[in-house]
Amino acid sequence: MAIKSLDDLRKIKEKANAESSARHESGTQVIVGMGTCGIAAGARTVMTAIMDEIAKRGLKDVSVMQTGCIGMCQKEPLVDIVRPGEERITYGNVKPADVPRIISEHLVNGRIVSDLVVAKL
Amino acid sequence: MEMLARAHVLVCGGTGCSSSGSKVIIPELQKKLKDRGMEHEVKVVETGCHGLCEMGPLVIVYPEGTFYVRVQPEDVDEIVETHLVKGRVVERLLYKEPKTRETVPNYDEIAFYKKQQRYALANCGHINPESLEEYIGADGYAGLAKAISMTPEQVIDEIKASGLRGRGGGGFPTGMKWQFTRAAVGDKKYVICNADEGDPGAFMDRSVLEGDPHRIVEGMAICGYAVGADEGYIYCRAEYPLAIKRLKGAIAQAEENGLLGQGILGSNFNFTLHIKEGAGAFVCGEETALIASIEGRRGMPRPRPPFPANSGLWGKPSNINNVETFANVPAIMRDGAAHFASLGTETSKGTKVFALTGKINNTGLAEVPMGITMREIIYDIGGGIPDGKKFKAVQIGGPSGGCLPEQLLDLAIDYESLTKAGAMMGSGGLVVMDETTCMVDIARYFLNFTQDESCGKCTPCREGTKRMLEILNNITSGNGKEGDIEKLETLAKSIKAGSLCALGQTAPNPVLSTLNFFRDEYEAHIKEHKCPAGACTALLAYTITDKCRGCGLCKKVCPVDAISGEIKGMHVIDQSKCIKCGACQEKCPFKAIDRG
Amino acid sequence: MSNVTDVPTIKMTINGREITVPKSYTVLEAAREADIDIPHLCYHPDLSHEGNCRVCVVEVQGAKSLVASCVYPVSDGMVVRTNTPAVRETRKTVVELMLANHPEDCLFCVKNQHCELQQIAADLGIREVRFHGEKRDNPMDTSNPSIVREPNKCILCTRCVRVCSERQSLDIYSSTNRGFDSIVQPAFGQGLDEVACSYCGQCTTVCPTAALTEKDDTQAVWDAIADPDKHVVVQTAPAVRIALGEEFGLKSGGIFTGQMVAALRRMGFDKVFDTDFAADLTIMEEGYELLGRIKNGGTLPLMTSCSPGWINFIQTNYPDMLPHLSTAKSPQQMFGATVKTYYAERAGVDPSKIVSVSVMPCTAKKWEASMPKFNDSGYRDVDIVVTTRELARMIKSMGIDFTDLPEEDFDAPMGISTGAAQIFGATGGVMEAALRTAYEVYTGKTLEKVDFCDVRGLQGIKEASVDLGGGVILKVAVAHTLRNARKLLEKMRAGEADYHFIEVMACPGGCLGGGGQPYPIDDKVRQARMDAIYNADENMKFRKSHENPAIKELYDTWMGKPNGERAHHLLHTHYKAMEGRLK
Repeated sequence: MAIKSLDDLRKIKEKANAESSARHESGTQVIVGMGTCGIAAGARTVMTAIMDEIAKRGLKDVSVMQTGCIGMCQKEPLVDIVRPGEERITYGNVKPADVPRIISEHLVNGRIVSDLVVAKL
Repeated sequence: MEMLARAHVLVCGGTGCSSSGSKVIIPELQKKLKDRGMEHEVKVVETGCHGLCEMGPLVIVYPEGTFYVRVQPEDVDEIVETHLVKGRVVERLLYKEPKTRETVPNYDEIAFYKKQQRYALANCGHINPESLEEYIGADGYAGLAKAISMTPEQVIDEIKASGLRGRGGGGFPTGMKWQFTRAAVGDKKYVICNADEGDPGAFMDRSVLEGDPHRIVEGMAICGYAVGADEGYIYCRAEYPLAIKRLKGAIAQAEENGLLGQGILGSNFNFTLHIKEGAGAFVCGEETALIASIEGRRGMPRPRPPFPANSGLWGKPSNINNVETFANVPAIMRDGAAHFASLGTETSKGTKVFALTGKINNTGLAEVPMGITMREIIYDIGGGIPDGKKFKAVQIGGPSGGCLPEQLLDLAIDYESLTKAGAMMGSGGLVVMDETTCMVDIARYFLNFTQDESCGKCTPCREGTKRMLEILNNITSGNGKEGDIEKLETLAKSIKAGSLCALGQTAPNPVLSTLNFFRDEYEAHIKEHKCPAGACTALLAYTITDKCRGCGLCKKVCPVDAISGEIKGMHVIDQSKCIKCGACQEKCPFKAIDRG
Repeated sequence: MSNVTDVPTIKMTINGREITVPKSYTVLEAAREADIDIPHLCYHPDLSHEGNCRVCVVEVQGAKSLVASCVYPVSDGMVVRTNTPAVRETRKTVVELMLANHPEDCLFCVKNQHCELQQIAADLGIREVRFHGEKRDNPMDTSNPSIVREPNKCILCTRCVRVCSERQSLDIYSSTNRGFDSIVQPAFGQGLDEVACSYCGQCTTVCPTAALTEKDDTQAVWDAIADPDKHVVVQTAPAVRIALGEEFGLKSGGIFTGQMVAALRRMGFDKVFDTDFAADLTIMEEGYELLGRIKNGGTLPLMTSCSPGWINFIQTNYPDMLPHLSTAKSPQQMFGATVKTYYAERAGVDPSKIVSVSVMPCTAKKWEASMPKFNDSGYRDVDIVVTTRELARMIKSMGIDFTDLPEEDFDAPMGISTGAAQIFGATGGVMEAALRTAYEVYTGKTLEKVDFCDVRGLQGIKEASVDLGGGVILKVAVAHTLRNARKLLEKMRAGEADYHFIEVMACPGGCLGGGGQPYPIDDKVRQARMDAIYNADENMKFRKSHENPAIKELYDTWMGKPNGERAHHLLHTHYKAMEGRLK
């Protein structure tokens, strides 16, 4: 592949930055509870579903992080969505099937999926 | 679309961390992640040097930016299970500030990095040095693209406006150097990168080459365009195998992608690069010796003029700059001269990478804006002196530099201030010394280095450094004589004034600067046969004080039977037999043995 | 002063004096215009400039440190000071540093009073060496008959490296090791007998100290003279007599043939003969060989064989070209073979009692004489070879007041010679002498003008053609220094040389600039010696070898015909490839 112009460089740059997005500060954070309780309740499959959904939609500027037990073990798996400048919303009892809705509604369009919300911080 | 990794684990693959064991951590991590089925979720990236080599191997986990230090293969399991699976930080592997002993989880919050301003090292430790895409992702080759949209003269003007000066030691204005080569008459011109880093303890060039090789390729290509050269050589010492490997990789990638070769970036600018491996002679860092070595001749300097800009490699006009100098070029072109010129002091713009070694907590590489004080580097970045010892001096500028004492700690560092103080910027080696360091011995150490590395061509350097070393050996072994200091000064003056190249012209600096600031130590060695720092073993004497209870342990442990005495009676050390090993002092339960 | 108008000049100030000098000058050259001879050691006018000894440092306004004036180019408006305290102190320290690593045996050193280091130490007023310590200790190289290498006396000026590379294209020496352990030596520290050294001795002529000297054979001569049983004869090469005076403080360019003969007689030689006699003999043999080869379609071009450095060089480096060499022995060896046969017979001396000594401007002649093949007289043809420098030392050791000696004549018959033989000492001389004879022998006509000026002078390679009549145009070439010889050989290999005859001399200027000649030598000295040689030629009664009555008598009464059977046996030789020396 011969890079012939600034434009070619820009394209490579965008692709590379997307691939290494985990290393840059992102606007939106998805935080999955990964305590023993969360994992026991199926947090790993939820997280994988989140990753898939982000990839499918080609979302940029999103980082997926984990956290430990926050004490609401009965509501695990817990998933927090933090959009820049907005409240941190915690969804509970999240199943993989809920993930596309949370991503498309809340993460992309800013509409909170009220029926799954367990807390607002 | 492929799933993007949610987490990146950056493992430092610089030479420092490699030698402390990072090479085995990467496969171990990959294996554990695979076992966990997380190999697509978490990406392992081998990076270049992060600079805090003292704490290696370093592992950084993103997106959190958690900074793990001294990671061993057996720690990998916990990092995967606790951090990557459960999202909890492995506390015990976090960095602790030497001053406060507080743990610091995040990269950006570590004092070592806080005062740094990473310009030349911007990508080091943050990108995969073997990935062209990651380099471009970090705005790589944007500087080259911009340069070839300008005229060569405009490029040179930009470099001039930045105020960039040679980072290899001389501090010659880079833009002016480029202009000389541009103005030189010749159908063929060369660009040479001096990667023959040779100062003891200095490894900033190696870090850049290993951690960000494309930056050098880009910097040299920009220079080639500016001076009108279509061929370049990187003269890299063969002791840097990783740097050479990465450079070769970067050159191949750049060639494949039209960033080197014919018609670069769709323009009609052609530029090819070669690597020449040097055999590690210090003198080959001198530009004319380096050129001789590339040509296949014995690496010996020749008198200048003519300067390489007019008659360099194979007699052709050649522009030669150091690695760190070239590392600054892409960002200057990309972000403009003004940004670079906003850093630093009036005469010395931008940043400088220093290699911190010696009696300092955070040994490693630190890039700081010019004008920072020595105190900030040593105490804020370097974390101060270990073991509660007192600071004595800092040797700056490598074997050509000088030793600066405590009263100069607040000196704002730039080319001029250091030279004025009797040291020099050099390549940026900083050796910190505490109260247990003997300044005569330090001078002797550096002189031993330069006399060993003298090429032997010119008389003052070849013969003079040998005589200086002999005098220093005499002084530190207790055979100093009245008049030795004066002889040292005479020799130093003539070697400085009369030597052919910079190696000889600067070789006496460590002696002159220690004579200037620590003359009393020389005098104590010569007149009183004492080493005030207690470092010169030949001048030490172990004596038994009246605290002795006659237990006989010292007598038993002495390897040369130098101690005599009756049980319960006072013991005595026969100084003519004593080899000053210190075993008796260590063994004495009553602290009855003095060393001094 | 720069009186050549079309040379671009600059104005500069040296020690406050404004001078105008050519732009191409170095500071050292410019200083001479201001009547200041800046002391120097590594600088040599014949060679490229290295600037490594640092004795010639001066202060140039604006320069960071002192600069070596021998390499520093002048520029317009430059301000130079050659005598500041810093300059004086640095020079002194530098020379003291050399002395601190140098044997303190000046009084009995072979270069005593000819040593440039000694001279500079004296000039700079060095009365003590303030620095002491380890001295280098490397073994001497006495591996060969010609040159002695004493590395402990080397100051690493690299003049030998440069003369061997630049003039002779042999690159025998190079700097090895580093720093204090540096030593200039042949590859892998081998002896000069193991490398492709030609023994030309040019290194000994440029060495400022006694690190490179001729092998001293003077004692053997004294021993022979002192032996009442021996009949000691001496021959002196044509280039000795025009340089010997320099050893006694006389200006170069004087001719001291008569004084030299007188001195030799006073030294006790039984007969004082002249290599010039054998040079005439060489012309007869080589001239007839040339005409023979042309007539009979032999290997051409024919190349001269007088210079042993050259013979060594071609045998070692161009063995495929050996058929081009004239089979005629050098004059020294012809003399040796003749003196122990013809002369012994005539004088009624037992040849086994004859000690044949030769005085040569050359170190390679020592090697030549030592070759086992040169025993055609039945004995070693030439027993002892001493150089011009050694002869001077012998004369001095006897207390002879050379300059005051009366002029005396060589002994007959082997002291009788012609101007043609005299010019053997200069590059082009053998060629010119050969042309004088070849022309007359071939055409049977008398030359109107005996001077062939095209082949004279210090130009590296000279060419000429001579019309022999009948459509035969003799094309000739002359080369001096082995670098120029190499050029001609490469040209021949490439098939681009259509010469009939080529003269090669290993040393610059020919024998007058030989490796055994008095110090110092540069082109000015060479030119003066050359002028003397052609003067001597003009003043000779006979100027063509074939007119030498002693030579005529030799052939008529004893030798037979040139290239005849006896001549073939005594005066010709064969060559062997010496590739084996290139280990």
